[in-house]
Amino acid sequence: METCAIFKRREAVLNKKKIYPQWFVIIPLLLYILFFLFPSLMGVFYSFTDWSSRTAMNGLHFVGLQNYTDIFTSNKDYTSGILNTFRFTIISNIVKIIPALFLAIMLQEGLKGKGIYRTLFYLPSILPFVIIGLVFRSILNYNNGLLNASLDAIGLGILKQKWLSDLGTVWGSIFGVDAWRGIGYVMTIFLAGLNAIPKDYYEAAEIDGANFWHKLWYVTLPMMKGAIMINLVFGITYGLKVFDIIYVLTNGGPGHATEVITTYAFQLYSEGQYGMSTALNTILLLVTAVIGVAIVKVMSRKEAGQS
Amino acid sequence: MKRKTIQNTIKTIVCLFLSFLVVAPFYMVLINSFKTKGEAARMNLSLPTKWLFQNYSEVIEKGKLMQGFINSLSYAMIATFAGVLLCAMAAYVLSRNETKINTFLYYFFLSGLFFPVNYVTLVRVFQWMHLTNTRTGIILVFTSAMIPFCIFTIFSFVKSVPVEMDEAAVIDGAGPVSLFFQIIVPLLKPTLVTCFILEFMGVWSDFLTPLYLSSKSKLFPMTMAVYQFFGKNKNYWNYIFADIILTCIPVIIVYLLGQKYIVGGMTTGAVKE
Repeated sequence: METCAIFKRREAVLNKKKIYPQWFVIIPLLLYILFFLFPSLMGVFYSFTDWSSRTAMNGLHFVGLQNYTDIFTSNKDYTSGILNTFRFTIISNIVKIIPALFLAIMLQEGLKGKGIYRTLFYLPSILPFVIIGLVFRSILNYNNGLLNASLDAIGLGILKQKWLSDLGTVWGSIFGVDAWRGIGYVMTIFLAGLNAIPKDYYEAAEIDGANFWHKLWYVTLPMMKGAIMINLVFGITYGLKVFDIIYVLTNGGPGHATEVITTYAFQLYSEGQYGMSTALNTILLLVTAVIGVAIVKVMSRKEAGQS
Repeated sequence: MKRKTIQNTIKTIVCLFLSFLVVAPFYMVLINSFKTKGEAARMNLSLPTKWLFQNYSEVIEKGKLMQGFINSLSYAMIATFAGVLLCAMAAYVLSRNETKINTFLYYFFLSGLFFPVNYVTLVRVFQWMHLTNTRTGIILVFTSAMIPFCIFTIFSFVKSVPVEMDEAAVIDGAGPVSLFFQIIVPLLKPTLVTCFILEFMGVWSDFLTPLYLSSKSKLFPMTMAVYQFFGKNKNYWNYIFADIILTCIPVIIVYLLGQKYIVGGMTTGAVKE
């Protein structure tokens, strides 16, 4: 009996192909290729053509690198859109990750009603960007928005700003709104990371006379590599692809001060300049590919090292 | 001891202040959604002099919200259900049978976490496949877009389910399909629910996909309906706020119901490393 069971088990292990049928993978793979990867690669191809709304009449022509030289030399300042994308990615992550870390540490330790705070702080990140954009367009309104009205009410009227139309404050407003939405999300991931750190590490550090900063630097941060990594991956990819919040809050304005790659790409698309639009998308694709490959390499190395 | 109390007081004050920052906009939107047009335009936190509950019924009619609600709900339900199920099947096989091809496929899927979708060429693909301005097309795009994240999340969870379960089931005579649906799926439930909730909220919030892919207002989800309504009625903040509340309620309900799954499941990756 027993040998029979062992034999059968062997057989089962050997027959992985049968137990784990490969066709389970096929449908997602097809969908992923057809609606995700293929359009991106096709975009690379079209970025070398004069594809536009008039192609149906004039036909499609190869124009070489024309679209790319147009992007980098045109007076429409696409380059600043590209730089803004990087700027948004870097600053929005700093603005969210550092406060979220301290918030998580604060909520991790005993505090009355921390469950409620967690629920509340996460709440904004589930709301649609369009909604958040509209709400803050109202709050940041110069004449009777809630922010300026509150400043007036507490006697700080001099701090009133044209939050969304002044060149000096518009980026600050965008980062503020983005942080309002995103900090809770980042914090939640940090909290999970913190929960996994054994308590005795801190006790040992305390016996050695470590203060708050020592513990943060020598215990918390090294133990939270995974959580930090996840936040960076999601944060960077989000930042590079950012569209909704800028489109709804400023629509790239004032002027073109807050345009990013995706808003320019959408604008070109709606003007019927498809070739230019895909060229911008291709630049974004290249950037994300380089960063993505780097991150996946680090991750796969880590996994290989662990097992 | 005394230092602890002071610390706790400071923490409580910080948390209360932050809670205020989160709640104030919600409160403002809610309160103003009951005001008259003129009162709402002042956008302050005072209570309405007269509560106009009919703002809601009017905006539902004017903003074509029923249509939007049905669209959003069907996109989110169908796309998420199909996406999570398909990804569970794929992630399970990729995780259990780690051949060279499957490892490659895993990272191939994972790379989708980074790549942007090229909507301009997607419009072209839609034309070829005769999916332009169809619900099927929009749902397929939503399903495809969630594949990288779902596979990433479910894959690491499958690793925590002991292989002995599979072996025992196979010895008992279970075929691959019944093994997966009767044994594995119940064990994967926590992560599947997490993916379902996160992706449901993601689809509900999405704006870019319908912006590029549907030119018919009949196909607009609630987010697009709100934005359109805002474009046409820029001064009717009372209606806009009512519209905002109605668009938020479904996601907030899903969030409050599934909260423990979100926090638990979203972070498995963060804890494991």
